Amino acid sequence: MKFTRRQFLKLSSAGLGGSSIVLMGFSPTAALAEARAYKLARAVETRNTCPYCSVACGLLMYSIGDKSKNVQQDIIHIEGDPDHPVSRGSLCPKGAGLLDFIHSPNRLKYPEVREAGSKEWKRISWDEALDRVAALMKEDRDANFVAQNAEGVTVNRWLTTGLLAASASSNEAGYITHKVVRATGMIAFDNQARV
Amino acid sequence: MTNHWVDIRNADVVLVMGGNAAEAHPVGFKWAIEAKKQNKAQLVVVDPRFTRSAAVADFYAPIRTGTDIAFLGGVINYLLSKDQIHHEYVKAYTDFSFLVSPDYDFADGLFSGYNAEKRSYDKSSWSYVRGEDGYVKTDPTLQDPRCVYQLLKQHYSRYTPEMVERICGTPQDAFLKVCAIMASTAGPERSMTILYALGWTQHSQGSQIIRTGAMVQLLLGNIGVAGGGVNALRGHSNIQGLTDLGLMSNLLPGYLTLPGEKETDYAEYIAKRAPKPMRPNQMSYWQNYEKFHVSLMKAWFGEAATKENNWAYDYLPKLDKAHDGLMVFDDMYQGKVNGYFCQGFNPLASFPNKGKLGAALAKLKYLVVMDPLATETSEFWRNFGEHNDVDPAKIGTTVFRLPTTCFAEEDGSLVNSSRWLQWHWQGAEPPGEAKTDAAIMAGLLLRLRAMYKEKGGAFPDAILNLSWPYRDPHEPAPDEVAKEFNGRALVDLYDPKDPTKLLRKAGEQLDGFAQLRDDGSTSCGCWIFSGSWTQAGNNMARRDPSDPWGNGQTNNWAWAWPANRRILYNRASADPSGKPFNAKRKQVWWNGSAWVGSDVPDFKVDSNPADGMGPFIMNPEGVARFFAIDKMAEGPFPEHYEPFETPIGVNPMNGNPQAVSNPAARVFKGDMEVFGTAKDFPYAATTYRLTEHFHYWTKHVRINAVLQPEQFVEIGEELAREKGIASGDKVKVRSNRGYIKAVAVVTKRIKALNVNGQKVHHVGIPIHWGFTGVARIGFLSNTLTPFVGDANSQTPEFKSFLVNIEKL
Repeated sequence: MKFTRRQFLKLSSAGLGGSSIVLMGFSPTAALAEARAYKLARAVETRNTCPYCSVACGLLMYSIGDKSKNVQQDIIHIEGDPDHPVSRGSLCPKGAGLLDFIHSPNRLKYPEVREAGSKEWKRISWDEALDRVAALMKEDRDANFVAQNAEGVTVNRWLTTGLLAASASSNEAGYITHKVVRATGMIAFDNQARV
Repeated sequence: MTNHWVDIRNADVVLVMGGNAAEAHPVGFKWAIEAKKQNKAQLVVVDPRFTRSAAVADFYAPIRTGTDIAFLGGVINYLLSKDQIHHEYVKAYTDFSFLVSPDYDFADGLFSGYNAEKRSYDKSSWSYVRGEDGYVKTDPTLQDPRCVYQLLKQHYSRYTPEMVERICGTPQDAFLKVCAIMASTAGPERSMTILYALGWTQHSQGSQIIRTGAMVQLLLGNIGVAGGGVNALRGHSNIQGLTDLGLMSNLLPGYLTLPGEKETDYAEYIAKRAPKPMRPNQMSYWQNYEKFHVSLMKAWFGEAATKENNWAYDYLPKLDKAHDGLMVFDDMYQGKVNGYFCQGFNPLASFPNKGKLGAALAKLKYLVVMDPLATETSEFWRNFGEHNDVDPAKIGTTVFRLPTTCFAEEDGSLVNSSRWLQWHWQGAEPPGEAKTDAAIMAGLLLRLRAMYKEKGGAFPDAILNLSWPYRDPHEPAPDEVAKEFNGRALVDLYDPKDPTKLLRKAGEQLDGFAQLRDDGSTSCGCWIFSGSWTQAGNNMARRDPSDPWGNGQTNNWAWAWPANRRILYNRASADPSGKPFNAKRKQVWWNGSAWVGSDVPDFKVDSNPADGMGPFIMNPEGVARFFAIDKMAEGPFPEHYEPFETPIGVNPMNGNPQAVSNPAARVFKGDMEVFGTAKDFPYAATTYRLTEHFHYWTKHVRINAVLQPEQFVEIGEELAREKGIASGDKVKVRSNRGYIKAVAVVTKRIKALNVNGQKVHHVGIPIHWGFTGVARIGFLSNTLTPFVGDANSQTPEFKSFLVNIEKL
């Protein structure tokens, strides 16, 4: 089998410049000598940082799928980013296992509810989950919101519902969370920083 | 970190204490190895265990868990009594010469003003003497017995090498060797970095341990310099960022603070947070507080925040008391909380005393868990035999479990320990129907808003008027949120010094927090992040690894808060005249008309050194404090107190039964009663992390579950012999709150210590197992730990408690 011009162009456009593929030994002629194609050559490379500790090592994530509409990206490989000035391509035993974190069998996929007293989860829709949670919030807030304290001072606080924020979510997620939490008057609010 | 990861390589001495970077931060620790290789640095490790950090150290000293203040207090005494301090630095850049109130006193383990009933202090005597001009009085000769230097010397004279050995179990010769290595950095030509982590924070006196470390660094002139600093190695990838963004009970973004219910007047609220300088010509940067606050309120409430309504002051809830995690779980335990959200947080495993936590969750009406993984918290109601022995039928909590994306499935920024905001990109679609946290929070807000609009209810104003200008209101996108926290001009902004000069047009991104205004003309969601996404673009996504100064700073890689500054307090790397103390590792300097250098100066750039402005511009004093005045709960100088569960039962520093453990630490009713004593639980226990695992996440990760499949505890050979335990035996470890079962690993790495005339054994307890995951089912280690926290931060005392151990 010979590489057609069309196949070669497809290979080159999948994330790596044509010239770098040639540099890596993947010219069309050289590819003929390969037992099988180097799988990362067809992968899309995405830069990220490790979600575990605060060294924040640079990551290169490789996914199959060309980012076109209706194509699901699937990450098949993760390695250290050699350009990163702190990690210089290294990953520790935690970071080196990240592929199995993304694909853990214990990743949650659907909203679920465990009703009071029940022994099991029940799958529900997002609309049902968010409608029910928002209704519980409003019910609790309206019943227990403290507009003024005993001295008549305006305090506008809601003490009977609280939120524990994450430690690995992005700044953008954290900022949005904070904005919503404070607007409700919630102050039983904390994050992982203390533990 | 005051400094940053790569800067560790600039150190001459690396002290790893209260942490184990080689195993917990392995890639960051490479820079400690680089310091050894390239810089001939000495690596010193002080730890109860001979860790892998210790294995590559030049010197290792053992210490009993929870006694770091005694050790570091001994170091302070050594440095002061041998006069091995950086004289020019401490004289010009610290409070050494400040005079302290004649009412301040310390006797028998307690500072002046103690109230035993309330377990707290009246701090009014922990203050300075003020002159008629309002400024703090000083004695530049340092001879006045009431100056900070003299009081410091007096306080720490009690921390003799004999006392250190008696409390810490560290042999005197080992302690003195560590002191000598640290003292070698007192001169301007050498620097020491301190790397610490949860081994310093997770104690009932953790904040004061860190302060003691900082005091040692100040004495040695190691703050603000390359290869120096006090460096917290944060545990999670964005715990720095979420703290910076103020996701805590009493905070607002950028370390602004929520008002208390006594702060009814807006002007007073601001004035209290914008202190006037305490010494002549000082900057006291927090005087700009109102600019940051008003810009935040404009970002959150837009047009609804006006000068007339004090920038929507009533929209902010007012605090009645602290609502930290421990407090909230105690309130929950008492039935005072109805609803709870856990966003990427597994409190059933992460807070102390699992039994109490599970009972507390069972009292909730509803629990909402937002997480990528099936956490123990989400299954607290399910029976897992002795690992979680509950009856689901008796638990009336409705639990919602909402699947969220993980790092690989979203764009955004995280703040690492070096304060770098680094952008990352989405590489895959989320599994199943998982959504981002932002989409879930937006979904809840929009539903609440619709209900309040339609039906009304309690104080809907803040909910209805919350600024929500996003392209897709159901899912605010990371780029628009990041631009919001950077801040933008709301009107054409002109330079106040030159009204003809247009700084930014209305709607443009701001260049940094120096452009913020208190008149409502700027909006900014987090002032310390201002500069991260300017009109020039997303600075967090910068990827230029060049290092033109050769000091490892890479100023154009990502963006560091504040103002892309890489080393905090870097003005202190130059002498009072503005010349670098160490010409080989210069950071910033005065060039005759401005401050310039390899880093962004942490200083007023046009302040002539002759004017005498101090380098610690955030403090109204302008200098660093040895004497903390009223900033700490348990005293202005750190003092050794025993862990609440102490293996020796007394505090050798005093004879006062009130001052055995931290007299100002908060202990809830019922928790004091379940502290154990050495009579029943004779062994000092400490929890820690393994290099193959990350908290309670990687037990869900196949490869890590293969690497460390099963729960174990570590004990020393001597204790193993006494108890007839061999490596591989199954053991039961009990505290006064519960038990865990695990495999025993008998090791030479943990040795018995001689403490206060008795032998103290340690039991080491890795934390990574639980009843969900792909690793073997194990016990949550917090079944054992006491429900008490640091008096300032309320960080639980996970590192020092008492257990007993028996062979099964």
